[in-house]
Amino acid sequence: MSSYAPDETPRVAERPNYLNAGYGPKSWLLTIDHKRIAILYLSGVTFFFAIGGLYAAAIRLELVTPAGEVFQAETYNKLFTTHGVMMVFFFMIPGIPGVLGNFLIPLMIGAKDVAFPRLNLLSWYLYIVGGLIALWATVHGGVDTGWTFYTPYSTVYSNGWVVVTAVGVFIAGFSSILTGLNFLVTIHTMRAPGMGWSRMPLFCWSMYATAIIQILGTPIIAITLLLVAAERLFHLGVFDPAQGGDPVLFQHLFWFYSHPAVYIMVLPALGVISELVTAFARKPIYGYKFIAASSVAIATLSFLVWGHHMFVSGQSVYAGLVFSILSFMVGVPSAIKVFNWTATLYKGSVSYQTPLLYALGFIGLFTFGGLTGLFLAALGLDIHVHDTYFIVAHFHYIMVGGTIMAYLGGLHYWWPKISGKLYPEYWSRVSAWVIFIGFNLTFFPQFIVGYLGMPRRYHAYPDEFQVLNVLSTAGASILGIGYVIPLVYFAWSMRYGKDAADNPWGATGLEWETPSPPPTENFPVTPTVTGRPYDYLTGREEAAVG
Amino acid sequence: MAEAHAVHGHAGPHDAPPELRHHFVDLPAQREASALGMWVFLVTEVLFFGGMFTAYAIYRAIYRTAFEEASNLLDIKLGAFNTAVLIMSSLTMALAVWASSQGKKNLIILFLILTILLGGAFLGVKVIEYKQKFDHHEVPGPHFAPLNEKTHQPLPPQSELFFSLYFCMTGLHALHMIIGIGLLTWLILKARRGVFTPRYNTPVDMVGLYWHFVDIVWIFLFPLLYLLGRHTL
Amino acid sequence: MPQLFPEQASSFAPHVDALYGFMIAVTAFFSLLIGTLVVVFAIKFRRRPDHEVATEIHESGVLEIAWTIIPFGIVLVMFFWGASVWFRITRPPADAIEVYVTGKQWMWKIQHADGHREMNELHVPVGRPVRLTMASEDVIHSFFVPAFRLKRDVVPGRFATAWFEATKPGKYHLFCAEFCGTRHSGMIGWVYAMTPPEYQAWLTGGVAGESLAAAGAKRFVEHACNTCHGDQPGARGPSLTGIFGKPVRIQGGQVAMVDEAYIRESIVNPQAKLVEGYPPIMPTFQGLISEEGLLQLTAYIKSLSPATAPGAAPIPAAAAAERKPAKP
Repeated sequence: MSSYAPDETPRVAERPNYLNAGYGPKSWLLTIDHKRIAILYLSGVTFFFAIGGLYAAAIRLELVTPAGEVFQAETYNKLFTTHGVMMVFFFMIPGIPGVLGNFLIPLMIGAKDVAFPRLNLLSWYLYIVGGLIALWATVHGGVDTGWTFYTPYSTVYSNGWVVVTAVGVFIAGFSSILTGLNFLVTIHTMRAPGMGWSRMPLFCWSMYATAIIQILGTPIIAITLLLVAAERLFHLGVFDPAQGGDPVLFQHLFWFYSHPAVYIMVLPALGVISELVTAFARKPIYGYKFIAASSVAIATLSFLVWGHHMFVSGQSVYAGLVFSILSFMVGVPSAIKVFNWTATLYKGSVSYQTPLLYALGFIGLFTFGGLTGLFLAALGLDIHVHDTYFIVAHFHYIMVGGTIMAYLGGLHYWWPKISGKLYPEYWSRVSAWVIFIGFNLTFFPQFIVGYLGMPRRYHAYPDEFQVLNVLSTAGASILGIGYVIPLVYFAWSMRYGKDAADNPWGATGLEWETPSPPPTENFPVTPTVTGRPYDYLTGREEAAVG
Repeated sequence: MAEAHAVHGHAGPHDAPPELRHHFVDLPAQREASALGMWVFLVTEVLFFGGMFTAYAIYRAIYRTAFEEASNLLDIKLGAFNTAVLIMSSLTMALAVWASSQGKKNLIILFLILTILLGGAFLGVKVIEYKQKFDHHEVPGPHFAPLNEKTHQPLPPQSELFFSLYFCMTGLHALHMIIGIGLLTWLILKARRGVFTPRYNTPVDMVGLYWHFVDIVWIFLFPLLYLLGRHTL
Repeated sequence: MPQLFPEQASSFAPHVDALYGFMIAVTAFFSLLIGTLVVVFAIKFRRRPDHEVATEIHESGVLEIAWTIIPFGIVLVMFFWGASVWFRITRPPADAIEVYVTGKQWMWKIQHADGHREMNELHVPVGRPVRLTMASEDVIHSFFVPAFRLKRDVVPGRFATAWFEATKPGKYHLFCAEFCGTRHSGMIGWVYAMTPPEYQAWLTGGVAGESLAAAGAKRFVEHACNTCHGDQPGARGPSLTGIFGKPVRIQGGQVAMVDEAYIRESIVNPQAKLVEGYPPIMPTFQGLISEEGLLQLTAYIKSLSPATAPGAAPIPAAAAAERKPAKP
């Protein structure tokens, strides 16, 4: 049975839509249509994800044996640095905002485009230029400082392409700032008549909170990387103790952005999951106001916790206490979301399509991974696990088990709208399970080996850690396969997939009231919003058995 | 559930003003979005400069004496002159915005040119100051060897931090001025084509906001860099 | 079956592990709770031909507040527990053995107060607190002994202090835990915790070099510190005898504690906390003395205050053998 319901009549995809509105490279590279820009981002982030993934494969290959036999030490240091830089700055940060945010926000609020379409295209170009510059550095010898660029190693001692990589990240940072600015202004000023803040989809609330972080946080890393580059080029001493500078000042400035940055990476995912859970339970989301408020709370608190990356660097006792309590508090709004999603499933009508499988996987992995974050907020415990594989496991649970699963779930959910085609349900379920199993096998052993004391960024390690590392590599191989499968069938579906209906899931939301794929101008006539969001049950009081 | 009625259409292509971008409902909506966008951008600029102000504040507190001695080597007369020049340029910029709201093309161009000239004067003085620093070995790096003007003794080594931050902060500010002058030139070209009318002067208004912001950054830079510890000497 | 938990070999390791156990329990509980609920709901309320429509449920503000307050309460417990373990870890007892550590790419140079030097190894007796004063000669390193649950970043430009008390004789991994360049994975070694008789044997067996304090005394003269701080009448600088561990009034009216960090800062940035009543004439030695030299000078100045810095002097053999291990 086809798993798409209720409105199954396939439409001929040759109606005018944004995909056939123009052909040829110029129509894509000079587009100002937010939907086409989303596809441009999709290409970019997939490319950089593949590169980051190859480097991850190299890392896990080296870690199969305790002695560093596959790569030289300096090469290995470049492997984990490039993996981090590519994944953080060129996949995770631009990922969901660039692809799903760009495609959906105007559609969800009933607008024809974002507030500044040309700026939107500029954002994409800045992202690509920044990424290519960083890639140039990688190809020409690489950087070995870790994606965290700690000084004075990065400013004085490293022999890699630090300045070039810093410039690449700097440029991509402006892409992020401009995207956040665009989304913030769009959400503030371009909502359709009748769509007050309390009727806005939760994905838009998440993107709004994300935009605040992008705007307030990113300039700090921009100036910090600029100072690092200047220090390296002109032998300034801002972070060099030999000249009176302070390496811990670098850490403060770096983490002041990089902690909120992890919420840039996870808030959009949280928004996607809200959309998926309500659509596939076919029930209004439980606690809309609380979920919306929790997104804003997370964005606010995220700026107050950066010192928890520096508990062992020599901060004062009082600073440690303050950052610890605030770090505990920032976990509470996330817990609120998880409880509300669970309550949404209760007495819902739950359908097991692939997007929901990803959403359920997310809820489990994000809950577990988020709880392991509490271990790190606890001062006495963080001392032991800081800079070990426990940390690596924690953030991969959130970013991979969390964000990437949400990204895939969202891609599957909105794919019919984006492409006008259906992906094969059987293979999509297979890959969801392969990814879930591969992921857990890769990263759960890392909690154990981390608490045992295996430090991060080591390519050679004591023999007793080998079994756990081998398990982790085995998991990574499975995970890698899991990621390749959707690449194949999404591409396949663009040509051979069945045509999608306008609303294959029977979901609410303005985006589902446009054709699949939508026309360039989204809405020939601006809609007016009159009901509450996720209004699955109005007029259906003759409820079936619950 | 949302209802996609056609409650109102938007103006057809023939009666839309030429400045209205297709994705905005009307000119006021477009202006509101532009203004919000520029203000948000300026917030990001505050944070961008803020990182360096933070570093400066911290090192100033730790190395009080070294920073005061270094600060006294800056030419306070040139700094004050530049401050006056920039404040004047903000006046001419504000007048340009006013003129654009009246659609007075020649006045717009006049005030924009005056703003550019004042901005150029500022940059010229900075060139003079930077050259002075090179000549007096006050540039961080292998040739750094500044001397106290009164005692001719070398300054403490942490004074190099002061000069590093001095060059970074004033350099970034100067870069923003250069970009500002580029924007003003662009505005002049548009003004010559008669684009700005009482109905539409948003670009002038927005560049004005940017220019005032760059001015305000200097108003913070000047006392922090030039006026440290002057009362004690 | 691979080992799942590290050995507990220090006095605070069991406390860290107890907190870890609690956090595991809370994590397991909530993960299983949410996981089970989600799976049960997804199955029980699955879409079937006779169940296409969901049932509206009443939103409860009380429930929302409850599941905000309860997690907040739980994390408060975690915070206080974590803070208390942390205070235990960061407050060295007064009678600790002093050990000086210099980290440099890619080795740990260890010096006992009596002059014994070790490279990538640290021998300590069980049952005695050991206080580490650490410096880096180049980049940031981190002194990490998993079995002790001990970790402290060693940041260039400042001293780092940490302490531990070994409780179980044995050989324990020492790792560098902050990425420091090419041979970061190779900057490793061993900590040997020994019974007091074994430790005595080791102390007398090796060749004790010049003690740090003696080396510091030489530098004190070499850099002409004694010309101002020489205790002569009318000296231009304050006396350094008997000052360690005591507060001193500095210009501006505040009071500073004379500890290792104060001594180091006063050498490289003398105007920062100038002693009240003295002119600001001390030159800065930033960049002129190595990190090791700074450690030596600090050890020397500490040795001028034997009452308040008892660990600065080597412990006589008889006294060490009589010590009983402190209770964990």
